[in-house]
Order: sequence, then structure tokens, then C-alpha cells
Amino acid sequence: MTGRPLVAIVRFPGSLDHETARRASEAAGAEVAWAWHSDTELPPGTRSVIVPGGFSYGDHLRCGAIASRSPIMAAVRRHAEAGGLVLGICNGFQVLCEAGLLPGVLRRNASLRFICRQVELEVADAGTPWTRGAPPVLSMPIKHNEGAWFGDPAEGRVVLRYRENPNGSVDGVAGIANRAGNVLGLMPHPEEASDPLLGSTDGRALFAALVA
Amino acid sequence: MSRVVVTVMPRAGVLDPEGQAVQGALARMGFAGVEDVRIGKRIELVLAGDDPEGQARRMCEQLLANPLIEDYSVEVQG
Repeated sequence: MTGRPLVAIVRFPGSLDHETARRASEAAGAEVAWAWHSDTELPPGTRSVIVPGGFSYGDHLRCGAIASRSPIMAAVRRHAEAGGLVLGICNGFQVLCEAGLLPGVLRRNASLRFICRQVELEVADAGTPWTRGAPPVLSMPIKHNEGAWFGDPAEGRVVLRYRENPNGSVDGVAGIANRAGNVLGLMPHPEEASDPLLGSTDGRALFAALVA
Repeated sequence: MSRVVVTVMPRAGVLDPEGQAVQGALARMGFAGVEDVRIGKRIELVLAGDDPEGQARRMCEQLLANPLIEDYSVEVQG
């Protein structure tokens, strides 16, 4: 133990972006422990949870659907219900929606094309733990095929909106939180906008919440 | 054992871009009068137990369909 805040990063079969999430978390000053899909508890002392991007369970049936029913998600649900922070990135966002921890669902991009590019996001709610102190506009990459959020924005808190809607998301939603604000999901990748080498460091603002 | 067919379809009113793309392709190929195309999934289950329909419905509610965007139907084929 280092005394730094502990971030549990959940890994499913098919998770891909856990290493970049680990780097960004550690750069923010957090300590990282892995949580396996088959675990029934989060690592002791977990302060916050990241559900990273990838193609959990091969994206079979619906993106995130099978992962959302895996044993670790019951522990993530308890953590969220106790007010703990949970961040879902890309496939992790899909998992949190399928688990019912966030409103709505992610559908195929309206263009039916995989989209991989840098986008600009407006912070629509600066009152969540994730966005306090964030600049009003963030530049981050997206890379997804099923990123069109569908649902009722009033069931949660729209935190990030695309400046130019790339995928057909309802209300331009790029990231949405639960009403309490402690659970956030977003399709853009803040962990891939966390180092000058990657062209943007705007994603650091979200990771700062892990150590606040 | 029972063979159960679950059909999962995009809900009415939910945009189905895949169906629209196929509709456009059919029109370009010269098929006239294709007024709508919707694409869903067919899931075939072989179930032991004495309430295959109820079991399949619970599976739909808990995993096989997402009620926000999908409707399902269950057919027990015996």
C-alpha cells in the first residue's frame, strides 16, 4: 500500500484499454489494482472504479450486455450505490448502461461506420465530481462503432456533449452521469488524451477526480 | 426438451440504420416497392425443464433483449 487513492480497473475477456487507463490513473496520482470479471468483491480499499474500453465478451449479443451480468458488476453496483466513483469509458460506458447504473443504451453509429477521430466536447454539467475544475471544452479521441447514445437525458445528468454530433447520439450526448453524479460513462477516451505525446491532455481533468 | 425460438426486433419508432441501409441497397438493385426493412435477431434455445416459455421470457427480460430499444417474442416449437 502506498497511501495513494486506490483505483480498481475492471478487466473482462476482451478488455483492451485497461493499460492506458492504468497509466492515466497513475499519472494522476492514484494506485491501481486490477479487478477480474469473475471476482465477487472489489480490491480492499477501493476508492473508485474504472470500467475500461475494449470489446468485452466479443461484443456479442449487444455491446456490454454480457459483461454487465458478470460477477464483478454486482460489486461495482454496491460501490456505486454507496456513493463511490465509477467511470466507464467507451465499452465501459456500454457496460454501465446495460447494467442499469446509467440511463439509456449505446446503439450503432447512425452512419453505420466505425469512427476514429479527435472530437471536441462541451462540459454540460460542471457540478459533478468528474468535471469540477475542468475546462469548458475538452478535446479527446473517439473510436467506436456503437456510440450513439439513446435514452431520455432527463433520467440522468448530461455531462459531456459533442460540439458536432458524430454518431447520432440523442441530444448530442457524449457522456452522461447518474443523478447523484458519482457514476459517469462516456464514449470518448480521456485516458488517450492524458499525455502531450497523444496530442491532448484534456482527459486529465476527469482522472483528477480519482485523487480528489 | 423444448425448442424455443426467441425473436428480438428493434422497437417500433426506434431508428434502425441497418434496416435503412439494406432498404436503400434493395432499391438500388431494382427491387421496387420495398417500403420498410427492419433487422433483428433470432435466438434458438433448447431448454430442459417444464416451463420453457416462462424461462425464455425471463431470459429475454434479464439478458437477451434490451427493453429500451428492443421488443421480443417467444415461440415454443415443442
